[in-house]
Amino acid sequence: MTRSLRWLGAAALVGLPFVYTAPYPMHILIIILIWSFAYTSWSIMGRFGLVSLGHGGFMGIGAYVTALAWNYGHVSPWIGAPLGLLAGGLLAVVVAYPCFRFRIIGHYFALVTLALSGIVLQVITATRDYTGGSLGYTPERYKNGSSLYAVQFTGKTTWYLIALGVWAFGLYIWHRVDRGMLRYALEAISEDEDGAAATGVHVTREKLKVTVLSAAMTALAGALYCQYQMFISPDTVSGIAVSLQMVFAVVVGGIYVPLGPTVGAVITIMLAEVLRVSFGTRAVGWDNLVYGILLVIFIIFLPKGILGSLLALRRARRGAAAGE
Amino acid sequence: MLKIEGLTKRFGGFTAVNAVSFEVHKGEILGLIGPNGSGKSTIFNMVSGTLAPTGGSIRFAGREIAGQPPHRIINLGIGRTFQIPRPFRRLSLVENVVLAGYYGQGRRSRLKAFEAAERALGLVGLPTDRAASVEGLGAAALKKLELAKALATEPKLLLADESLSGLDEHEMDQAADLLRRICRDLDITIVWVEHIMGHLMRVVDRIIVLDHGEKIAEGQPAAVANDPRVIEVYLGTQAAAMRAVAGTGRA
Repeated sequence: MTRSLRWLGAAALVGLPFVYTAPYPMHILIIILIWSFAYTSWSIMGRFGLVSLGHGGFMGIGAYVTALAWNYGHVSPWIGAPLGLLAGGLLAVVVAYPCFRFRIIGHYFALVTLALSGIVLQVITATRDYTGGSLGYTPERYKNGSSLYAVQFTGKTTWYLIALGVWAFGLYIWHRVDRGMLRYALEAISEDEDGAAATGVHVTREKLKVTVLSAAMTALAGALYCQYQMFISPDTVSGIAVSLQMVFAVVVGGIYVPLGPTVGAVITIMLAEVLRVSFGTRAVGWDNLVYGILLVIFIIFLPKGILGSLLALRRARRGAAAGE
Repeated sequence: MLKIEGLTKRFGGFTAVNAVSFEVHKGEILGLIGPNGSGKSTIFNMVSGTLAPTGGSIRFAGREIAGQPPHRIINLGIGRTFQIPRPFRRLSLVENVVLAGYYGQGRRSRLKAFEAAERALGLVGLPTDRAASVEGLGAAALKKLELAKALATEPKLLLADESLSGLDEHEMDQAADLLRRICRDLDITIVWVEHIMGHLMRVVDRIIVLDHGEKIAEGQPAAVANDPRVIEVYLGTQAAAMRAVAGTGRA
């Protein structure tokens, strides 16, 4: 039953833009899908206790490399985005390898990655002659209108379908990791690194694998965001605020379940939109305040997140029903 | 098979293992005994790669392995169990063993890992159904799980650390027989560390006795049990028990 339900849901999501095209809700949906993909990318490593506060850095790299390659090198995003992924992956190796090799784990790992967020932000700001600094940056329009070569589209429907595809790809990767041996190794590592090593796991290598995967996916989210919005700034795709927002959304949605990050994205983005629409400029920054309060409440009372807790509740109900 | 020469480990000013040399022959069960703090587990940790030796050499199948990381040593064919069981509670019982079967055999194939896990679980007498959990396993079952994890890596040499501690008399007998069977039927050479001696004497081929990080005796169980230095170290009931067992001959 759940299987047919899943296909029905997928069909509804794909079919939606052909029957409903109001621009504002479509825009919100596209944004939700892009961020859902970014949050899913974060949770691929986050669920194993590898809490990174540096993913804003990876997202920023993906976005800026794609945009800079286009504007300065006239390199199509079809090549620019993979370059961004590569750069994100490389940066992940440079930062994470020493951490894993010298057993910097838990809070200390989080702090190192937090520094990474800050550094990427500073680099973007400091090289303002090329990147526009904190004022932001715009990829040049290709001729006028849509182009597959430039990955620029004027229609929301196209962007919706692209974002949907990338989001589904993210879920697919999540499941691949979940079903693979990598999950066994990382669950073991998160509990007892020495014990895992004693069963033959090359701890550094396995941790690095998932980190590079997660970083590259996040860079792709950055590239996608850049192409869709046609405007990026350090505050929206990089920096500490973006990194923290990823952690917050995933914790709220559910870190251990595949759709948790998506639920987190729906909640955080709707919250920000509702505050913006109902209070306007008077509420600038309120969403961050509400995030902060909610985060504290969730970590204390609902560590599995909204979706995670609901699924656990349903499982417990079924277990009780089956036990009778 | 395993040749240890002048193996030394110092922690700061404290010498835990001092110039210990011995050899393990293919197909035997070698008992490594000694009171608490005599350096048995430290030797194990050095052979399995958890600790790097301060000095000396460890050669396995003609190859120097001292200072290599644990995952490489396992893939060369040295499995180990821990004195205190280390189950992974976020994995199911079978997954625990599959993990060892996969990564302990050089990540060859998932299928082989599942097969090895099923064999190992069957051999030690634990359930092989996928739903079985690690939660709620007792001391004896956790010891068995440790053994199954080590066996799933299909080792040539098994380092068994205090397999009996925390077990009752009946369970100890079973565990000792199991090690004998593993050695005979699977052709796995075993080094067995224990500080409870009675059950070990019955099963091992040779014994090495350690005290304060030094080797003080080596030989057949009966001869070792009558060695005056060993009796001195194991004053009291345990020495008496050793002689009693050695006197009645091995089963």
